[in-house]
Amino acid sequence: MAINSVWVFAQVTNGVATTGTLELLTKARSLSSNVTAILGGDASGVAAQLGEFGATKVYATGDLAGKLPGVAVSGAMKAIIDGGDQPDLILFPQNYEGRDVLSRLSVKLNKSVLTNSIDVAVDGDAVNATTPIFGGNTLVTTTFTGEGPYLVAFRPKSFAAEASGGAPAAIAAASVPDLGATGGAKVTAVHVEETTGPKLDEASIVVSGGRGLGEADKYAMVEELAKLLKGAPGASRAIVDAGWVPYSYQVGQTGKVVKPSVYIAAGISGATQHMVGMKGAKNIIAINKDKEAPIFGIADLGIVGDVHKVLPKLIEALKGR
Amino acid sequence: MIVCVKQIPDPALPGALDGATNTLKRDGKLILDDSDAYGVEMALQLVDASGGGEVSIISMAPNGETAGMRTALAMGAAKGILVSDPALQGSDALTTAKILAAAVQRLGGADLIIAGTESSDGYTGTVPEQMAEVLGLPSVTFAKKVKIDGGVLKANRQTEEGYDEVECALPALISVTAGVVEPRYPSFKGIMAAKSKPVEEVTASDLGVTPAGWAGAGQKVTLVAQAEARQAGEIVEDDGESFGKIIAFLENLKVI
Repeated sequence: MAINSVWVFAQVTNGVATTGTLELLTKARSLSSNVTAILGGDASGVAAQLGEFGATKVYATGDLAGKLPGVAVSGAMKAIIDGGDQPDLILFPQNYEGRDVLSRLSVKLNKSVLTNSIDVAVDGDAVNATTPIFGGNTLVTTTFTGEGPYLVAFRPKSFAAEASGGAPAAIAAASVPDLGATGGAKVTAVHVEETTGPKLDEASIVVSGGRGLGEADKYAMVEELAKLLKGAPGASRAIVDAGWVPYSYQVGQTGKVVKPSVYIAAGISGATQHMVGMKGAKNIIAINKDKEAPIFGIADLGIVGDVHKVLPKLIEALKGR
Repeated sequence: MIVCVKQIPDPALPGALDGATNTLKRDGKLILDDSDAYGVEMALQLVDASGGGEVSIISMAPNGETAGMRTALAMGAAKGILVSDPALQGSDALTTAKILAAAVQRLGGADLIIAGTESSDGYTGTVPEQMAEVLGLPSVTFAKKVKIDGGVLKANRQTEEGYDEVECALPALISVTAGVVEPRYPSFKGIMAAKSKPVEEVTASDLGVTPAGWAGAGQKVTLVAQAEARQAGEIVEDDGESFGKIIAFLENLKVI
C-alpha cells in the first residue's frame, strides 16, 4: 500500500515542540509530502516550527483542561478519521503520552500496534518497520498487512531531526468528543522535577551508577563525577527500583535512551534492560569488579576493579586539573 | 480488585523466536513477571487499607500454565482466571487486551484493575491502556504512587518532566511502575494455601472472543537479522592506577 498521508502525534514542552516530535516529522516527510501533526493543546506558538520540520498541517485540540492526552487526543484523532481525513500511517513517540494515545486509538480503530521500533520504510507496496529485540542483538522487520492506518511507536533518537525550511503548518481545529466514563481522570497538579546541569537524554557525557555501588549514599560519587565532566548522572533499573534515585534517572528499556559522546557505567553489570538504553553511545567506559560482566562486551575501555577505589581516585585527579 | 499478571520465560535465560511464526517462544517453564509483583502487592495493600474486598488475578498463557499465578496467589490473591487456548498463540497486544478485558467481565468487573506498565519479555507496553478502552474505563498509566480516598483514586503519574497528580473516578484501570511498592515474599503458609485456591481455566470462546491469532494480527514478521555487534575494546585489571587510563581516554576524546 502506498503511503499518501502520514500523521505524527506531536508534543510541546515549554512552548516548543519536543525533539522527539521533530525527529518523527523529519522521518515522516521522507515518506510522504503530506505530513500532518496532531497536537493535544494549542498550536499557535509552534505551527512555524512544525512546518519547518515538515508538517504541512497541524490539528490542534486546544487546552485539554486537565484531561489526560491518551483518551482526549485519540478521541480527537478518531473523530477526524471518521470525518473522512484518513492517514495511511501514524507515527508516535515511545513515551508516556505517545503510548497512551496509540493504545486508545488502536482499540477505536481496531488496528494492531507496533512499538519500540527504530525505523520504517516503504518498499513497493509493503510498509516495513524495524524493531530491535533481545537487547538489540536481533533486528526484526515487520510488514503491515491489510488496510491502514498503520500505527507505530518509535524509540527516542531513532531519527536525526533536520529542518526542511518548510512554511508554517496550517492550523486546523480538532475537537475532543464526549469521552463519557473514559474521561474520568483529571490532572489536578503538575510537578516538574528540578535538575541542574544538562538533561540526561541530551547530555554529551553520561555517568551512570548501578548495584555495584553497594549502597544509596555512594551514588554521590556518580553525581560528583558527572558534575566534574559537565555531564548528567544516570542509573540502572536496579537502583531505581531500590529507591536510591528517582525514576527520571533511569537509563534503559523502560527509562531514557541516551546516545552521548561518552557513557561511563560504574558498578553496572549490563543487563539487557540497561544496554538497550545506552549501547548507542559513541564511547563506553565500564568499571565493574566482575570481569565476566556483560557490559565489558561492549565497552571501549573496561576497568575490572572496585568502583569504590577507582571512582574516588578519578574524581581526585579531575579536581586537580 | 483485579490484577493482570503475565507468566513469562525466566528472563535470566536467553530468549528465542519460534521458527514458524517468528513470535517469542513461550513453551517452556513460565514464572511470574517481576514487574507484575508490584501490581499484586499494590492491590493487596489497597484492599487492606480499605478494610475489605478481594484481589483476583487474570492471566493468559499457553499450555494451562499456572506456576506464575500460584506465586501471586501465595502473596495473598484469592482466586484467578487463566485464559489458555492454542488459538491464541501469537496474539498481538490488541487481541490480548480484548481477552483480558473479557476475563475482567467474567469476574463481574472490579472497582480497580491493576497492571504493570509493560512485560519484561515482549514489552509492547500498550495492553493496560487498550484494556481500559475496551472496557470503557478511565485509566491512569505509569502510576508511581497510588491511594484511594473517599471512593476516588489519587495517583502520581510519571511524566517526562516529573509527575502529575491525577484524580480518577472508580471503576478505573491503572498501570504501576516498578518500585511503586515493595512486593512481599510469599510465606510458607501462603505457598501451601495457594495450591488449593481456585483458578478457572477458560478458552477464548468461553469468553466470547474470536481469537485473531498471528494471521489476523494485521502484521507479519518478514525478516530477522543479527544487529551489527559492538566490539569490546581494551579491558584492564585495576592496579590502583587504572583511573589514569580513564583520564587518558577522556583526554584523547578532548572532553577534558
